[in-house]
Amino acid sequence: MAGVSRVRRQLPTSPWLFAAPGLLVVGAFVLYPFVSTIVDSFTDRRTLIPGHFVGLANFRELVHDDMFWTGLRNSTLYIAGVVPALVVLPLLLALLVQKNIPGITFFRSAFYTPVVASIVVVGLIWVWLLDERGLVNSLLETVGIGRVGFLSDQWLLLLSAMAVTVWKGLGYYMIIYLAALAGVPRELHEAAAVDGAGTVRRFLTVTVPAVRSTMILVAALSSVAAFKTFSEVYLLAGPDGGPAGEDTTLVMLVQQTGTGLTGRVGYASALSVVVFVVTVALMLLVLRADRRERP
Amino acid sequence: MSTAPPVRATQEPRIADEHGRRIRVGELVLRYALLLLVLAITVGPFLWQLSTSLKGPTEDVFSSPPSFLPEHPTLHNYRRVADTIPVWDYALNSLKVAGASVVTNCVGSALAGYALARLRYRGRRVATLVFILAMLVPVEGIIIAQFTTMRELGLNNTLIGVVLPGSIGAMNVLLMRNAFLNVPYEIEEAAYVDGANAWQRFLRIALPSVRGTLAVVAIFAFMGAWDDFLWPLIVLSDPSRFTLTIGLNYLHGTFANDERLVAAGTVIAVAPLIALFACLQRYFFRGVGEGAVKG
Repeated sequence: MAGVSRVRRQLPTSPWLFAAPGLLVVGAFVLYPFVSTIVDSFTDRRTLIPGHFVGLANFRELVHDDMFWTGLRNSTLYIAGVVPALVVLPLLLALLVQKNIPGITFFRSAFYTPVVASIVVVGLIWVWLLDERGLVNSLLETVGIGRVGFLSDQWLLLLSAMAVTVWKGLGYYMIIYLAALAGVPRELHEAAAVDGAGTVRRFLTVTVPAVRSTMILVAALSSVAAFKTFSEVYLLAGPDGGPAGEDTTLVMLVQQTGTGLTGRVGYASALSVVVFVVTVALMLLVLRADRRERP
Repeated sequence: MSTAPPVRATQEPRIADEHGRRIRVGELVLRYALLLLVLAITVGPFLWQLSTSLKGPTEDVFSSPPSFLPEHPTLHNYRRVADTIPVWDYALNSLKVAGASVVTNCVGSALAGYALARLRYRGRRVATLVFILAMLVPVEGIIIAQFTTMRELGLNNTLIGVVLPGSIGAMNVLLMRNAFLNVPYEIEEAAYVDGANAWQRFLRIALPSVRGTLAVVAIFAFMGAWDDFLWPLIVLSDPSRFTLTIGLNYLHGTFANDERLVAAGTVIAVAPLIALFACLQRYFFRGVGEGAVKG
């Protein structure tokens, strides 16, 4: 930074010309919508009708709205279901592909393929796989278990959507863990091995403590993403969120309420504010856990 | 931050791990067995989709036990998709959106990143803070306000409206800023002494040194725009302007019972990205590392 002060030969306006497009886009399409979401949450604005200030009416309505509680429940369950799997499984996967045995780069790349595919493609692939007459069910029938209604039962639907989220995220978090594992000193493993620690012991006493901060990072990223789940449930359960809307997530509810010509922008904004608050709370929670765990 | 390039362990007569120690045969067999199992789980669903799309109208796609290979592979379903929905127009729309997003993100975030990293002016800290705040805003929480903003601009239901909100990502700006900060300062200083102005220094010296990060930004902008679902779903209502992901969702909603047709559509949507990934893996993995650390 010390050298920066010496560079002064520039037009006084040029820094702003450089930054202007970025500031404009971010200001107009991220920060302004953010502020107007908060403002709109206190109005009865609709898509075609500019609203009036209604105070906390939207939030009062929200507390008595069964669909809101359903959405909040599902989005919260999503965190509980997805985050532990996405913290542990990609770490095991990273350990599996860490050693440079022949062909390993192929496997690493192949495991990343689901990350590259669009969520719509992934969703439709799984809709077909989990169909009443799809591959998973015909395999289950072949081995004698019989067919399972993955996409017709409320809870199985939610579980299936979680499984799809985990499946799509495995490769992404695997790469993050690989970078962290590369920094684990080999001496630690050797010392543990000399002490007679087996594979499981070494994993728990050497690997896990060494990548703990990465695990917390993954927990933070995946829990925020899980709470905002939309596409997986939308595609597996349908736009209405499964039987009687029982699988609707909070973001699905925002989309259902706020769009279209009769969209209730004010109410959808109040729902969005809940999404903000929970997201920020999740980040703070994880950051606190991080601080406490560090010596 | 990407995965370390594979050490050429394969050229040694024995199979060793990254520390040059031998791996026992039993462990090796177990590792490959697990790798193949995970391969079946991660890549298998894509292959099943491809297989379904190649099965002719007379072949039973529901058979139990399942038949993994099409008896008489045919491209018939791909022609039928094109007859059912204007799939090639949708692909072109996706290409336009993704291409525009690559250009705007590369240009916009390089310019703004340079302004944040190298230029000196009042308000630089504020400008940096604006991008950091924008990065933290959860997109899912502001989509309704983004939609009303687009309506006010008269850009809803246009491809420009699809591109704009993500046209210069705050995270990309911060990635570019970090990349510029990591370039040794001496070269630019020399150019400054030679009388180069800010624009010349940016274009001739700074930009060529951050090509790697620029490539990461380009790839993630392309993938993000090509794969995006929630935003185009909200902003596009006219079927003639659909992107591929929204078109697929429409195809699935309308012809859900025709698995061969939907399978062919998903293959069309995912093939270009898998090809891109196969060619440019290095940058995909690098992006995960840089994005995770920042995001």
